Amino acid sequence: MFESLTDKLGQALRKLRGVGKLSEENMADALKEVRTALLAADVHFKVAREFVERVQTQCVGQEVLKGVAPGQQIVKIIHDELVRLLGEGANALSGARPLKILMVGLHGSGKTTSTAKLGKLLKKRGYRPLVAACDVYRPAAIDQLEILASQEELAFYCDRISKDVPAIGVAALAAAQAATADCIIFDTAGRLQIDADLIEEVKKLHARIQPDEVLLVADGALGQEAVNVAKAFHDALALTGLVLTKMDGDARGGAALSIKSIANVPIKFIGTGEKTGDFDTFYPERLAQRILGMGDVVSLVEKAQETIDQKEAEKMAESLRKGDFNLDDFLAQMQQIKKMGSMQSIIGMMPGMSGMELPAGADKQMARTEAIIKSMTRQERKKPDILNGSRRKRIADGSGVKIVEVNQLLKQFQQMQQMMKMLKGGGAKKMMRQMEAMKGKGGFPGM
Amino acid sequence: MFGLFKKFKTGFAKTVSAISTKTKGLFSGRKIDVASLDELEEALYTADFGVETTGEILTEIKAAYKKEKELRGQEAAAIGAAVLARTLEGAEGVLKVGTGGPSLAKNPGVIALIGVNGSGKTTTAAKLAWRLKQDGKTVTLAACDTFRAAAVEQLKTWATRLDLEIIASHTGADAAAVAFDAWQAAKSRGRDYLIVDTAGRLHTKGNLMEELAKIRRVLQKHDPAAPQHRWLVVDGSLGSNSIEQARVFHQSFGLTGLVVTKLDGTSRGGALVGIWRQLKIPIYFLGLGEQAEDLQPFSVENYTKAVFGLDE
Ligand SMILES: Nc1nc2c(ncn2[C@@H]2O[C@H](COP(=O)(O)OP(=O)(O)O)[C@@H](O)[C@H]2O)c(=O)[nH]1
Ligand SMILES: Nc1nc2c(ncn2[C@@H]2O[C@H](COP(=O)(O)OP(=O)(O)O)[C@@H](O)[C@H]2O)c(=O)[nH]1
Ligand SMILES: [Mg+2]
Ligand SMILES: [Mg+2]
Repeated sequence: MFESLTDKLGQALRKLRGVGKLSEENMADALKEVRTALLAADVHFKVAREFVERVQTQCVGQEVLKGVAPGQQIVKIIHDELVRLLGEGANALSGARPLKILMVGLHGSGKTTSTAKLGKLLKKRGYRPLVAACDVYRPAAIDQLEILASQEELAFYCDRISKDVPAIGVAALAAAQAATADCIIFDTAGRLQIDADLIEEVKKLHARIQPDEVLLVADGALGQEAVNVAKAFHDALALTGLVLTKMDGDARGGAALSIKSIANVPIKFIGTGEKTGDFDTFYPERLAQRILGMGDVVSLVEKAQETIDQKEAEKMAESLRKGDFNLDDFLAQMQQIKKMGSMQSIIGMMPGMSGMELPAGADKQMARTEAIIKSMTRQERKKPDILNGSRRKRIADGSGVKIVEVNQLLKQFQQMQQMMKMLKGGGAKKMMRQMEAMKGKGGFPGM
Repeated sequence: MFGLFKKFKTGFAKTVSAISTKTKGLFSGRKIDVASLDELEEALYTADFGVETTGEILTEIKAAYKKEKELRGQEAAAIGAAVLARTLEGAEGVLKVGTGGPSLAKNPGVIALIGVNGSGKTTTAAKLAWRLKQDGKTVTLAACDTFRAAAVEQLKTWATRLDLEIIASHTGADAAAVAFDAWQAAKSRGRDYLIVDTAGRLHTKGNLMEELAKIRRVLQKHDPAAPQHRWLVVDGSLGSNSIEQARVFHQSFGLTGLVVTKLDGTSRGGALVGIWRQLKIPIYFLGLGEQAEDLQPFSVENYTKAVFGLDE
């Protein structure tokens, strides 16, 4: 759906070949593409504009380094600036004891789940956490937290009668003291930032419990609204951090940049699944690459680990390491991929392929690919180089496809093989060069 | 009934004012200029219309401006609304409420609500059941989110509150089995509709998508046409990822409709335009709050007018 930034930049940066210095004029097209890419990743309009302006200021007047393409230079500046912005601020939690944490956010963003996740994490770190149910509106919200708390063996406080949220908060503090808990996490109801009554309510709760941390829990797929949400919650409660949830999906996560720019609080945790263990510390590089559409190799690997059985995973890792990747591996991998989910979502995580639009019925296509490989002899699968014209024809006949499809597959395979080699060698630079080849557009000048 | 109607009006009024505050200054009687075109671009982007739709609307307004330098804000707004209405032509989903149930065989009409985590499926199930009940229909709810903690209790609480019939099992039970039993119950009691609430799942998770297919297969043992309605519940405050969600759910489940929730905030739900553009899945309802009555049929006219503040 979205072409990746790197693909798009390829076009715009061609102009920059041979220029001596970066200037506002010669960068204009490239920066426009950067802006569009940010917007497509749901970064807020104004935030995207400011970001581009800042990058521009940094670039203008810079000598184009010898031996480095200007494109590469710009991409690096953009990437580094984004990493810097996203990574700003300490993402460690306050050291106060008892540690009081208030969880706030829109409806369904993941507050209750994150409350339990955080409780589990802090328990592991040696705290004795108590989770307090302060959502008195959503049906069964208290039950939900209670169940999660008992699963994780966390102390739990609730009041099923009172609707007085600030009072419940105070009572929870007392309960925590009685239970010798040294960390209290307050789960609250979802609220719209424009709901004056509910914002007032949480402000009162805040005033009564005086939390050390106020964490905004936001869905990683949030749109332009992120800015309004962050601003209103920050104004009302002086946020101290952000929890970005549902990042196990394929949202680009531009909302994080919007929120970061508005509230300027550190991103402290990332939610990566529904289970209480699916909670990560935050790595700015990963998110920057994801926002820029540069793929997220790390997530891909993690996802693979989640669904692929261990033995297969080791085999795959091994052939990746060795860089000898034959059609048998390709077939095995395809079968694993099927287990992982839709092709499109996986492709989205591969470097340089995030922009690749799979045609409708890509999964059917996969079945055909399988048929083609299965029509090859063992030797052919191990050494695809021996596949000459007549062998290809035989395979096409055998699998009931046209010969061009066989050719296409082999070409794809070759590219993939090369990419695997790059992955093995590591190095973003190599990978970027590879993206160019993969897209077959000659897209990325001089990189 | 009158109270209900009024509630719809106020719910919608909230959306209208929220959208037009953004564009009010812009679409006044004053003349358009370069600066206001910039503002317009910003307003469109911040409504989550995305790169394509924003581009189209801007192009038409700019073309009109090129021809007619005296173009007024109001006229520009009308052009924008027209482009949007054209884009959304046919996007209104209408739930047919015939007498005695929608299905020929007098089987219950099954509406399955699916979507990512926290999008509003359970709340929508309750709202929808309540709405159908207000229309004189008989409805059974099926609590098929047997995964999330207290999801069953949540729907049960709604059922008690609104006096709705519900078939539920316990957390950890087989969702498809609950759906199967619920259909049986709805059929034997001669209900018009069966509304199936399902667990949230990210579209990227193949195994969870497979569970949906299983629910469908099991329902089809009763009635090959079931579930007749397969609606994706989308959080209106999300950005472009909802298009991706819709695409994948559509591929694996064959969506027949959309419900866009949480539009009582300041989100303009522009991503629904993107979904419609790409997949042509009609939009049935908008969610405008947390109460039972906060569900409103989608109207292209109201929506486009609201976006461009043409009602005032
Ligand atoms: N996939 C995924 N689902 C999540 C994550 N965090 C929360 N959820 C799910 O999102 C839904 C809403 O979460 P909940 O904690 O009830 O949100 P709240 O309304 O803000 O309290 C539930 O179905 C959760 O299981 C996450 O990081 N990944
Ligand atoms: N403001 C608002 N909140 C909503 C709307 N629909 C659902 N919610 C809230 O969003 C949260 C998640 O809803 P739920 O129905 O549990 O989502 P599910 O996980 O998809 O079943 C709950 O707090 C609901 O009260 C809506 O239209 N407007
Ligand atoms: Mg909650
Ligand atoms: Mg639910």
